[in-house]
Amino acid sequence: MEIFLQQLINGVTLGSIYGLIAIGYTMVFGIIGMVNFAHGDVFMLSAFIALLLLLLLTQTLAVPAALAFGLVLFVTMALTALWNFAIERVAYRRLRGSFRLAPLISAIGMSTFLANFVTVTQGPNNKSIPPVFDHVIAITQGGAYDVTLSYKQILIVGVTAILLAAFWFVVQKTSLGRAQRACEQDAKMAALLGVDVDSTIALTFVIGAALAAVAGCLFLLHYGVVKSSDGFVPGVKAFTAAVLGGIGSLPGAVLGGLAIGLIETLWGQYFSSDYKDVAAFSILAITLIFMPSGLLGRPDVEKV
Amino acid sequence: MTLSASPSPFAHAFKDAAIATLIVAGLGFPIIAYRADPDFNNMLALTSRWPLFFIFCGLGFALRFALSIWGARKKPSQAPAAPREKAKRGWLPPLGLLAILAYPLVMLAVMGPQGALKWVDTYGVQILLYILLGWGLNITVGLAGLLDLGYVAFYAVGAYGYALLAPMTGLSFWALLPICGALAALWGFCIGFPILRLRGDYLAIVTLAFAEIVRIVLVNWDVVTHGEAGLFGFPGVSFFGLPFIPGPRGFDAHFGLKFAGVHKLIFLYYLVLALAILANFVSIRLRRLPLGRAWEALREDEIACRALGLDTANIKLTAFALGAFFAGVAGCLFALRQGFVSPSSFTFTESATILAIVVLGGRGSQLGVAMAAVLIVGASEVLRELTFLKAIFGEDFDPTQYRMLLVGMAMVAMMNLRPRGLVSSREPTIVLKETEAPA
Repeated sequence: MEIFLQQLINGVTLGSIYGLIAIGYTMVFGIIGMVNFAHGDVFMLSAFIALLLLLLLTQTLAVPAALAFGLVLFVTMALTALWNFAIERVAYRRLRGSFRLAPLISAIGMSTFLANFVTVTQGPNNKSIPPVFDHVIAITQGGAYDVTLSYKQILIVGVTAILLAAFWFVVQKTSLGRAQRACEQDAKMAALLGVDVDSTIALTFVIGAALAAVAGCLFLLHYGVVKSSDGFVPGVKAFTAAVLGGIGSLPGAVLGGLAIGLIETLWGQYFSSDYKDVAAFSILAITLIFMPSGLLGRPDVEKV
Repeated sequence: MTLSASPSPFAHAFKDAAIATLIVAGLGFPIIAYRADPDFNNMLALTSRWPLFFIFCGLGFALRFALSIWGARKKPSQAPAAPREKAKRGWLPPLGLLAILAYPLVMLAVMGPQGALKWVDTYGVQILLYILLGWGLNITVGLAGLLDLGYVAFYAVGAYGYALLAPMTGLSFWALLPICGALAALWGFCIGFPILRLRGDYLAIVTLAFAEIVRIVLVNWDVVTHGEAGLFGFPGVSFFGLPFIPGPRGFDAHFGLKFAGVHKLIFLYYLVLALAILANFVSIRLRRLPLGRAWEALREDEIACRALGLDTANIKLTAFALGAFFAGVAGCLFALRQGFVSPSSFTFTESATILAIVVLGGRGSQLGVAMAAVLIVGASEVLRELTFLKAIFGEDFDPTQYRMLLVGMAMVAMMNLRPRGLVSSREPTIVLKETEAPA
């Protein structure tokens, strides 16, 4: 029971990270119907940016860790957003109206580029930072297993919750969010009604990247280690989360992220940790085959 | 950017370039300007690389400036270029084939049996294997329009099929070659079956998921696959029963030759070449049959296909299975060439490379795919040879990283600039009036 509780905590932590990445997938898919394959690598890139900034602040400028982390979070969000803005501009914008698979192929190229760009500039090896925020709170004691909740985990879930609330407000209550939802429903009609579709789409990429950057920072904080091939598997898992939650649905992405995080940790605990990635990949295949609209998604009607 | 109305194109271009430089600076700021490496305490330490950073900013500026000037010069109304008259180049294919056939023997004559090893193996057999893979995937992606991101799974099935079956059954590779192909085709059928109903990009993602599952199973199923260590020591290729070994029973002794490792590779070269030509022949002939026509129709419009009463399920499955068949054959040949198979040869990067070959070659164009394979695989081998690059980029210069970096950029550039491929020789049979594509 204690182990189950501990894995539940770990799963929610991991799931928050997946959920943040999944929002990027689901928003982009919602607005231009494209699987943004490079999103996982944008996430990895943001973890690297965060790593470098953190080292720069703590080592060179001797800023205290807590303050440094706060600064890193914001600067990483801004820089990653700039990256995704540039990526959308270079790789995807001209492809609207091209043949169906063109954006996906371009995104695969971009994903390959990003992963190898980081390998070339930063080397292929693991980069690990010294542990920060290591304190733990004991939840149960004296049982067969001490269940703990670390400050890191509280921070991860807390930051995720706050950002999701802020993001939810932006999408639901502001004119920007309204334009975004309008483009999602019918880009051509929105354009006729005076919505700047191009900049709305660019903004979607920017928001997605900012949330992925938060996930990148939290990932770095949680594991303390990142390498240039880390974009692929978390990317696919986050995409799985988006699909499971119903692609295009924002609450679905968060729900799917939590579900994937929990399934992965529990599977790793009770079945086999060697095959824990198989669980995520199988869920992806099974969901797409049998339940393509996911848990909260609208059924996808193909119009001719 | 049309800048014809602007009073001074240079001023405008300068402004554009300045903005671009700012963006490049923002993109490059921590990731190019600094590098984190573990020091002797195994703690990460930063090294700054500001000169490199400024070079990047300068490049960004120059590139954007040049593009703006060029864009301003270009006439805004450009009549679509008239289709160029194709020069009759009937002599090219037979001459090319002759050159390819003579290649290993010429190398052997010029470089000697030791010197020719590398030329026949890395520049010959390896590139031909990728051409075979490219032509195989071209059936699925280029003809039928099914984006298969898990092609490497079938390649792995072929390679592991040979590595496991050869010692187990004692069959020669002549028997196992079609068996490996058939096994891979069966896998293609099994994987293809459940995903028939999926739309294009979902299908791509599911094939990717299946390929990853296959790879994870190969890594973890120690009893059969020996995990990361891989399989080796399986019987190699033989010339109609004559093994390529030193000693009286080998191929070289039988023909009164001095033993040389390169003979095996030359044989393998012709074997791969023959199979690649078979793959090419099959896809060219099939394209003219009702099945091939149906593939191309499916690629263009699935709904129209269904409306015309085509059985899309069967059409998709045959495309999947036939593509997989050639991957299985290629996998078997890969195992023969390496004498060693391990899961690290079957990662997503491999799938992406093969896909890039097909995409750069122009989906559906046979010659383009072959040229792209030579370019992508050959170029990185050439880069490896250039030792002065090590002096520029440092000792840990690894051309494969740069290759994939360039491949990624090339895929993006292709999709944006020439989505029909480098050699867009394939003209559509019937052209409808251009309709507006749905958003």
